[in-house]
Amino acid sequence: MSNATTNAETVHRVSFLDKNSIAIPILKVLQADGTAYEGAVLPVIDEALAKKVHDTCVFTRVLDERMLGAQRQGRISFYMTCTGEEASIIGSTAALDDGDVILAQYREHAALRYRGFTTEQFMNQMFSNEKDLGKGRQMPIHYGSQALNYQTISSPLATQIPQATGVAYSLKMQKKRNIAICYFGEGAASEGDFHAGLNMAAVLSSPVIFFCRNNGYAISTPTEEQFAGNGIASRGPGYGMHTIRVDGNDMLAVLAATQQARAYALDNNAPVLIEAMTYRLGAHSSSDDPSGYRSKDEEAKWQQHDPVKRFKLWMINKGWLNEKQDADLYVKYREEVLAELKVAEKIPLPHLDDLIQDVYDKPTPILEKQLAELKTHIKKYPEAYPKSAGRI
Amino acid sequence: MAEMNMLQAINEALSSEMEADQKMMVFGEDVGHFGGVFRATSGLQEKFGRDRCFNTPLTEQGIAGFANGLASNGMTAVAEIQFADYIFPAIDQIVNESAKFRYRSGNEFDVGGLTFRTPYGGGIAGGHYHSQSPEAYFTQTPGLKVVIPRNPEQAKGLLIASIRDKNPVIFFEPKRLYRASVGEVRDGDFVIELGKAEVIRQGTDITLLGWGAQMEILENAADMAAKKGISCEVIDLRTLSPWDVDTVAASVKKTGRLLINHEAPLTGGFAGEIAATIQEECFLYLESPITRVCGLDTPYPLIHEKEYMPDALKTFEAIKASVKF
Repeated sequence: MSNATTNAETVHRVSFLDKNSIAIPILKVLQADGTAYEGAVLPVIDEALAKKVHDTCVFTRVLDERMLGAQRQGRISFYMTCTGEEASIIGSTAALDDGDVILAQYREHAALRYRGFTTEQFMNQMFSNEKDLGKGRQMPIHYGSQALNYQTISSPLATQIPQATGVAYSLKMQKKRNIAICYFGEGAASEGDFHAGLNMAAVLSSPVIFFCRNNGYAISTPTEEQFAGNGIASRGPGYGMHTIRVDGNDMLAVLAATQQARAYALDNNAPVLIEAMTYRLGAHSSSDDPSGYRSKDEEAKWQQHDPVKRFKLWMINKGWLNEKQDADLYVKYREEVLAELKVAEKIPLPHLDDLIQDVYDKPTPILEKQLAELKTHIKKYPEAYPKSAGRI
Repeated sequence: MAEMNMLQAINEALSSEMEADQKMMVFGEDVGHFGGVFRATSGLQEKFGRDRCFNTPLTEQGIAGFANGLASNGMTAVAEIQFADYIFPAIDQIVNESAKFRYRSGNEFDVGGLTFRTPYGGGIAGGHYHSQSPEAYFTQTPGLKVVIPRNPEQAKGLLIASIRDKNPVIFFEPKRLYRASVGEVRDGDFVIELGKAEVIRQGTDITLLGWGAQMEILENAADMAAKKGISCEVIDLRTLSPWDVDTVAASVKKTGRLLINHEAPLTGGFAGEIAATIQEECFLYLESPITRVCGLDTPYPLIHEKEYMPDALKTFEAIKASVKF
């Protein structure tokens, strides 16, 4: 029996723990006008870090806007934005060391950008061309980079959660001063993998930050149809896990919480749960239309909590940025994204030989045979297979 | 050479690999101090410490997900699923994650250092939740290797090869042979190459193909057939995915007949895949239809286990029918 149970006070009449008894506050550092709350403790942040965070915000806004447009024009098949959640994603990534391993859900491309993924690399993945690190195996936005310690996105929800526990355990065993961070939405927390991953991390002493972006909706399902308890954070203590809830639209609150969570995880070989209260301003994906399940008024209300704007105002107040520099950055990235998009969409698709690579470390005899038969067939009907026929 | 049972051979394989590879860890339900419900991991925690051989909470999906994470970051992960019947909660982590890590990332990431060990099969009066043979669910998943040994020597050599293989492997252990199968096992570490079948008995009239615990049954049936003057060639497939088409096809071209035996239900079982391929490879050599002697299409029963089993007698009847066709 654990200490918590053996040390429990005893009572002699029925007394239920009230379901609302766990009250979890929300950490807020920045006000809407970009000034800090009175008495707020700021994270460790200097001008260079702030500029990198701001730069990543602007790039991500531009990328999301342009690529959603490109999807609408039929140039790419699918897209997902992180609009509205930039502070949650960038604020947390900015607290990490480059050796910390990121296991993302699918909406965290801002974290990958922060690590140094180039505009060209984003485009190559989305256009599935032969320079895509993923060799055109997955839909757009399923990025991954070994060099940047950002594990390749997998579509099935929440599978990265117990994996992050394993990655963190491996970092501990390798005696690295690094952690794993695992992003997921509040909807993913309904999956069994969430329970499995958090419970194992706490029991097996894995240095991992579980970062929940509570953005209000899992596709069309609002949080009140997703869980009945006090959000995701209330579950942390149940697993025996340090937990904090932050304003997910407050860059400095997220940064502060994640910096301290990281230090705690490393020093104690223990997991931490962060729940960032935010809002998905955009659609779930390019295949979704939120007007079918939520009001314009609701969205307008959240527009006023724009995390990118709030952080920009803080930087202007600090004298680290002015409006013109901010506007110029948007112009620069719009040009860059458009230019790289035009290049990437003309790069050839991966060669047909790639089709059977990486199933195993080496293609099996059956795979070799199937490829040879396929090539023979395509040579006979080249007009029926235009994507591969020219490059056999 | 030392005589030992299959559990001891598995334990020796795990121990010698943990000794050689500091990055290897062994984990699962009750595998720590207790040594697993079958004691396959006995003594490993004492030898290698609680960090490298440990109990996990009771969560197969968690064990598989955790194993994926370990292996994706350079470790050698050997996860035990206590019974193959309980692998289904982990199926998403295995077929969507372990199997596709390398492919989906364009080889940016892989979980090549991952092996799942799990006891499978009947013959222990276990009913349907302690007796299933779920291998066919995994043979259809590209990216996984599926390996099944038939005796202690094979278990050691194939397990070491599985652990060292650069791909995720599911290693099914025939639990009814854990203690029943005793034999000479080579000392030190050695590997038996994956993807290669073994012809364990030469013959001229019919090829009998199986794996794992059914090999004993095939040999018994071959003995019965020999008394009737029928010469059986007996092949242990050993690796089901990727499987050794060439060895099986060469044998069938020689004997002209093929019988496949497995414990799992007939419909959708791996025998169907083998039959289809060998029919393509050996059509003009076949003297009779390829025949399958398999479990019934029922859940694995408790009381009628003996009736359910594709045993030696059923196999013997099928051999005679094939030869007389």
